Amino acid sequence: MLRPWEAGLDHVWSVISHPRTIAALKLSFGAAFVAALINAIFGTIVAWVLVRYDFPGRRLLDAFVDLPFALPTAVAGISLAAIYAPNGLIGAAFAPLGLQIAYTPLGVMIALVFVGFPFVVRSIQPVLEDLQVEVEEAAATLGATRLRTIVAVIGPAIAPALVAGFSLAFARAVGEYGSVIFIAGNLPNVSEIAPLLIVIRLEEFDYAGAAAVGLVMLAVSLLLLLVLNLLQSHIARRGR
Amino acid sequence: MKHAVSPARRDPPWLVAILIGISVAYLALVLLLPLFTVFAEALRRGLAPLLQSFADRDAIAAIQLTLLIAAIAVPLNAIFGLAAAWAVTKFEFWGKSALITLIDLPFSISPVISGLVYVLLYGAHGWFGPALDTLGIKVIFTVTGIVLATTLVTLPFVARELIPLMQAQGNDEEAAAATLGANGWRTFFQITLPNIKWALMYGVLLCTARAMGEFGAVAVVSGHIRGKTATMPLHVEILYNEYNFVAAFAVASLLALFALVTLAVKTFLEAQFADELAAQRWR
Repeated sequence: MLRPWEAGLDHVWSVISHPRTIAALKLSFGAAFVAALINAIFGTIVAWVLVRYDFPGRRLLDAFVDLPFALPTAVAGISLAAIYAPNGLIGAAFAPLGLQIAYTPLGVMIALVFVGFPFVVRSIQPVLEDLQVEVEEAAATLGATRLRTIVAVIGPAIAPALVAGFSLAFARAVGEYGSVIFIAGNLPNVSEIAPLLIVIRLEEFDYAGAAAVGLVMLAVSLLLLLVLNLLQSHIARRGR
Repeated sequence: MKHAVSPARRDPPWLVAILIGISVAYLALVLLLPLFTVFAEALRRGLAPLLQSFADRDAIAAIQLTLLIAAIAVPLNAIFGLAAAWAVTKFEFWGKSALITLIDLPFSISPVISGLVYVLLYGAHGWFGPALDTLGIKVIFTVTGIVLATTLVTLPFVARELIPLMQAQGNDEEAAAATLGANGWRTFFQITLPNIKWALMYGVLLCTARAMGEFGAVAVVSGHIRGKTATMPLHVEILYNEYNFVAAFAVASLLALFALVTLAVKTFLEAQFADELAAQRWR
């Protein structure tokens, strides 16, 4: 029945340094990072396609980008668990190969890809829309190939927005709970995320343990977002 | 712009085809498949068992509780959002930027931590829990706790939509109204409110969607008491953990249907009133 400030630093440290806590934190931050990276790549492609190309169904797809924001996380969670379980639509396809997706860290990552998807697209879209056509025309007139224009002109212009979108997707994924716990299987030390560990500690009335895990999550998130923020302003300054 | 693409922007057709193909495939796999699966699983045994799931007493209680929570949390945050946006954009005061940062805070922290904060404050062993308990007031594991947690998590939506818009609109019209002798309320209802009505509706829409779907923060404070403190998302969890998949997906499909309506209304508002919205980035 102790809260961190009552239990003293020793207790806080013993909770934080517990292998199970460390495993959960590693999984939450690691899977969130990989998921944000995947969304950075595909989000950039999707944003590019939605802004630059016209094709039937474009506006409908554009509207659906926000689905992860609108769909309650628990709904997404049970649906993803059903799809990637060994007897599910996609899970069954991979089961004969000996690859299990649900109830492993891979499943956690898939859920985090779902919740983080809109951030990168919605960060890059307005920048691409505002990009003046003259800039690309000037590059072409000066003899740059299309590839060179994309790498040297468009890339630097969208880079700060890309980092911003990555940061938002990452921050959201670190704290995500509802969409993950169903597909994760929640095996301690293997597929148990940090927010779930907070819930478990609370259910044991270990307020100190819960708060300690929460504090570490906040501290590490803050540090990483600070680094990403610096990176973003560094890129923005260089691009100018 | 779409009609006359500058030659400098023209990509080779094969590249266009590949990129559109990748985008459509990714969206289909990551977004549309989970959405489709919700309805497919709900209808797995046909329509009758699906409809029967809604006749269950606990399911009805969960739906009623979710509507009640939204009916309390959304108006609270609409009023707060209006007041905060009004204060931030019409007046200069010390600590203004701190207030704006603070409004954003619930978006930056895990919903589980938002719930945790309330347990640490009002739980049986929290700061104020024992004192409130002697007065007969219980917060954690009650509807009160769920309302508090939902209100905290959905706090930024209306304010975030109104602040940038009202900043862009400035004070000129209000100042003119004041010069002509209108009092504060009259200015608000005849000048400010008509200027921001669609943005307000947009913020309320996003706020409502999140209030009805919130899971992490509510899961921590609710105690999951069937028929009493289980909102629709929590009821989905209870049913799923009991391997009652058809019923779980039935309730989930109702929430998914609501999500689709939200998306449709949101897209409509953005298309119709683009210049009257700040169209905040959703979170």
